[in-house]
Amino acid sequence: MSDTRAPLSKERQQQARRRVLRTILLTGGVLGAAVSGYLPLAYAKKQRLRPPGALDEKDFLASCIKCGQCVQVCPVQAIKLADLVDGFGVGTPYIDAREQACDFSCDAVQCILACPTGSLTYHKPAFLPVRAGAPLAAKPVLLAKEKDAEPTLNLAERIGVARLTRPESCLAIQGKGFKGQARGADFKGELRYMDVDRWKPIKVADHPYDAELCDLCVRACPIKGAISIETVFAPDGSQRKSPVVHEPCVGCGVCEMICPTEPASIEIIPGEGWRA
Amino acid sequence: MNKVLKRRFLEQILVMFGREPKKPAVQSERAVRMHELKRMTNKAGLQAAQDAHRAHQEHSHKWRNRRWATLLFANLLFVVSFYFDIQVLEGALTASRFVGFHLIDLNSALQVMLAHKHIINNLLIGTGTVLVLWVLLGGRTFCSWVCPYHLLAEITERLHLTLVKKKLVTDQTIDRRLRSVFWVIFAVLAIATGYTVFEAISPTGIVSRALIYGPGLAMLWVLALLVFEIFFSRRAWCRYACPIGLTYGVVGIISPLRVKYTLEGCFHEGDCRKVCLVPHVLDTVIKGRAVDTEVPIGPDCTRCGLCVDTCPTGSLKFEVKGLAKLL
Repeated sequence: MSDTRAPLSKERQQQARRRVLRTILLTGGVLGAAVSGYLPLAYAKKQRLRPPGALDEKDFLASCIKCGQCVQVCPVQAIKLADLVDGFGVGTPYIDAREQACDFSCDAVQCILACPTGSLTYHKPAFLPVRAGAPLAAKPVLLAKEKDAEPTLNLAERIGVARLTRPESCLAIQGKGFKGQARGADFKGELRYMDVDRWKPIKVADHPYDAELCDLCVRACPIKGAISIETVFAPDGSQRKSPVVHEPCVGCGVCEMICPTEPASIEIIPGEGWRA
Repeated sequence: MNKVLKRRFLEQILVMFGREPKKPAVQSERAVRMHELKRMTNKAGLQAAQDAHRAHQEHSHKWRNRRWATLLFANLLFVVSFYFDIQVLEGALTASRFVGFHLIDLNSALQVMLAHKHIINNLLIGTGTVLVLWVLLGGRTFCSWVCPYHLLAEITERLHLTLVKKKLVTDQTIDRRLRSVFWVIFAVLAIATGYTVFEAISPTGIVSRALIYGPGLAMLWVLALLVFEIFFSRRAWCRYACPIGLTYGVVGIISPLRVKYTLEGCFHEGDCRKVCLVPHVLDTVIKGRAVDTEVPIGPDCTRCGLCVDTCPTGSLKFEVKGLAKLL
């Protein structure tokens, strides 16, 4: 075939060669950028808090279509979308519990309902693995609708577990009380307070506390029986009061958000399972 | 559809995947006759006719204006819907809900299906709805009438063309087969790694989310693409890289909505090819190339209507196949 064609001029040959080079350049550029997309997989071990009902991290990254519909339905804007530098996958939703935790003021885990791909799901498909300690023993009872006919949240797995990561700074353990705005006057986070408004969340700053012994995490917790103040023994044998997390904890992060110490004494460990 | 048009129809699919358009091997008799007549026309007379046309030519932006209005409306509806919480069009371009009905971008859905290997009903419903919608509306119509990156690129394209005019830059063309290669690479990557990596760099998704949820650093990638297009290669992303365009192009193969070329009045001046994002679909307007007296433009056409606006003789027109017969 080639001998029937007129040989290309030098100039033409050079043009063709340059074109091939440019094609390779664009290929490399786009694929190079695409590799940055894999950072979240590399970071997948570093856990981050996803919205309620999220699949395990790898499956979550596979199925999330990055549309932000979960962001749109959240009444307290707890869900944010990750940016390039976050390394969570551009456009995937996450919760920064310290800034704004999920307090279930939507009553029904609306973000799961909004998800079009099943990244957030009520019922995990059978073929997907279940993390050890992730399944909840029973459907969690939402204190806000405890008296309703259907008081539970449709959640089968927890997204994390609260842990007293800094017991040394916990006010309850120190036997201290707390009076005032939990996170200061400038804090923008919101919570639903049943005694204020059944439906409308208000700013935490607009709801000052007065506790003889600090128990803000217990007061704010939206889940029945997830946390309580118990008498514990310190290593030196002395009796202390301390917040203790129980099995119903779903990992919503309200305790981390409300904790008045800086940094928070109690934190959510994302993706963590329950250990008795 | 007659034999020559059927042949061209199939060839245009290959052209969409990256083959360079060739001189047609067969042409209909009436097309051959018309080409012949055009060749025999008195040169001076033709020139006079062309000049007369030029003198009375109206520079219409009818379709461009309609298209921009549609594009802005669609994208701003997302923004307004979220900002004022009116819940008309929730989500972003990758997936959304229009007054409750799921709509899911075909390429994003494909990536998720390949990566996750599990398809829930909502995903299927949303994808099906969008598939039917774009089959009816022309496939790549999505690109020029909805994609927000397309609008940004269209604006920066003017900058590129100004620089070209001043001879400061030249348009560096790239092999169009690259887009098909990218499509395959991203599909294979999604299957193999179980991660929708294309979504991380998709300027359509990034710009759409930036509009709705506020811009992030991911916009730097979009900016880099635009800079590349201004100084190096005209409309490079849309022309040579974007797998979304190819996905919608495939959908558009069977679409009844398209641009139709009529050979008779055409002066073969090539204005349409100068404004076209995908000039390879307009090879038929080159003198002597049309295989028939009326030729529908191929599936890679984004139905943007720039050629319809710019054609001084009305030889390119929007057409809905079969509608004329029905009416």
